[in-house]
Amino acid sequence: MAKIIVVTSGKGGVGKTTTSAAIGTGLALSGFKTVVIDFDVGLRNLDLIMGCERRVVYDFVNVIKQEATLNQALIKDKRTDNLFILPASQTRDKDALTQEGVGIVLDELAETFDYIICDSPAGIEKGAQMALYFADVAIVTTNPEVSSVRDSDRILGILQSKSRRAEKADEPVQEHLLLTRYNPARVDAGEMLSVSDVEDILAIPLLGVIPESEAVLKASNSGTPVILDNASDAGQAYDDAVQRLLGKELEHRFLHAPKKGFFQRFLGGK
Amino acid sequence: MNDACFQLKGSAVSIIVLELYQFSDASFTEQLRDKVQQAPQFFQQSPVVISLEKMPADHSPDFVARLEICRTFHLQPLALRAVPVHLLDAARETGLAIIPATGRSSTPLETERDAPQAEVIVKKVVEEKQVRKPSKVITRPVRSGQQVYAEGGDLIVLSQVSEGAEVLADGDIHIYGTLRGRALAGVKGDTDANIFCHTLSAELVAIAGNFILSDALRKQRWQQSAHIHLDGDSLHVAEL
Repeated sequence: MAKIIVVTSGKGGVGKTTTSAAIGTGLALSGFKTVVIDFDVGLRNLDLIMGCERRVVYDFVNVIKQEATLNQALIKDKRTDNLFILPASQTRDKDALTQEGVGIVLDELAETFDYIICDSPAGIEKGAQMALYFADVAIVTTNPEVSSVRDSDRILGILQSKSRRAEKADEPVQEHLLLTRYNPARVDAGEMLSVSDVEDILAIPLLGVIPESEAVLKASNSGTPVILDNASDAGQAYDDAVQRLLGKELEHRFLHAPKKGFFQRFLGGK
Repeated sequence: MNDACFQLKGSAVSIIVLELYQFSDASFTEQLRDKVQQAPQFFQQSPVVISLEKMPADHSPDFVARLEICRTFHLQPLALRAVPVHLLDAARETGLAIIPATGRSSTPLETERDAPQAEVIVKKVVEEKQVRKPSKVITRPVRSGQQVYAEGGDLIVLSQVSEGAEVLADGDIHIYGTLRGRALAGVKGDTDANIFCHTLSAELVAIAGNFILSDALRKQRWQQSAHIHLDGDSLHVAEL
């Protein structure tokens, strides 16, 4: 039985799509057949981040409207085996998603895939609610700043009340906190919330902390999921998060600012 | 307050109907005994309506004897149903209510309007008791944008109340985590209501409409456990 994971946040620009691409790739690298679905109808991004924008012919909305089959719309990733992308439509809006239609597509995917990653749009409206409705697991992506934390709290409330598991009074959706764009130096300077501040406010288990990194922007622009950049701290942090998602217990890394060496201090370098 | 002594209400009650087919005291007693023995608990003091609908018209049962037999088996005959015209007088003498047959247009009762009406005895069966409403217990965090209201009683939150969340109760509010949102106790005007919280970090606390905002709270037991109650017209934040 496939596990449905929603990557959500409430707030925009916190790294949902980057996370969806990285976690999806990580799961596929670990040998699980994985599909990443872009729920951001009208503001399609996932295909760019995953570098398959030129291969989009049919999309998620076409499949829901039965204008194309799932096999026609699924794009196989060129770099990673077991990884597929179901892109969003750029010419429609969120109303094209119906609960029934999404349910049918997910059911069909669940027959052959191990993991289904739903990349949620920002906000708490229809698109976001469709993305989280069928979820078994939620990865709540949050930046260490107050507005992002409050929006994440809001989305956790919606997961508790409006998901399928909540409506059917099944076991609740498993919630994970993924803290992105974390900058330990700015936390030390008191300009950013610390990991423990955010954990304290949201009160859900921490899946990972992704440090703020130039590698993320570089990866996005080149259409390569950052997890494939083994040398970067962000790539390693995502890899840790995937392993934790699969049940491994790993210590959290990149929580503290690197100590400046003597020469760096002397020269005032960063 | 309303000072009416009573209220008349229509109510459907399911009841045992004893449908008579024929009369023979001996076999009636025997068959009734068999039935009652199958489920003595069920028949104990059960009200019962005796129906004559299926009885041949020429039979003339002895009501008094029959009722006696029912009572010896701890049944409580309430009424007679579908009494034929020629038996009406005998039926009235029993003192039981007389109910028209089900689904029949002409009832024997209508034919004798001047006859005295059967006496209706209304017994007060259910005593009104003042039962306390159970507290509402919330085990998971109350998240931003959520609102929880405990109507008529207390609210107990075993987790935290996030910023942007609102908890309300007609009675007291207990929060065994951090209160970052709003808590309003005694919302229907109970000035004796209290708010207890493990860690006070609230946007607003209110009791019976009297409130304090976080700015004022910061000077009193901020980030500590607190008991908030009404002292005259002003809220008092005390140590817990």
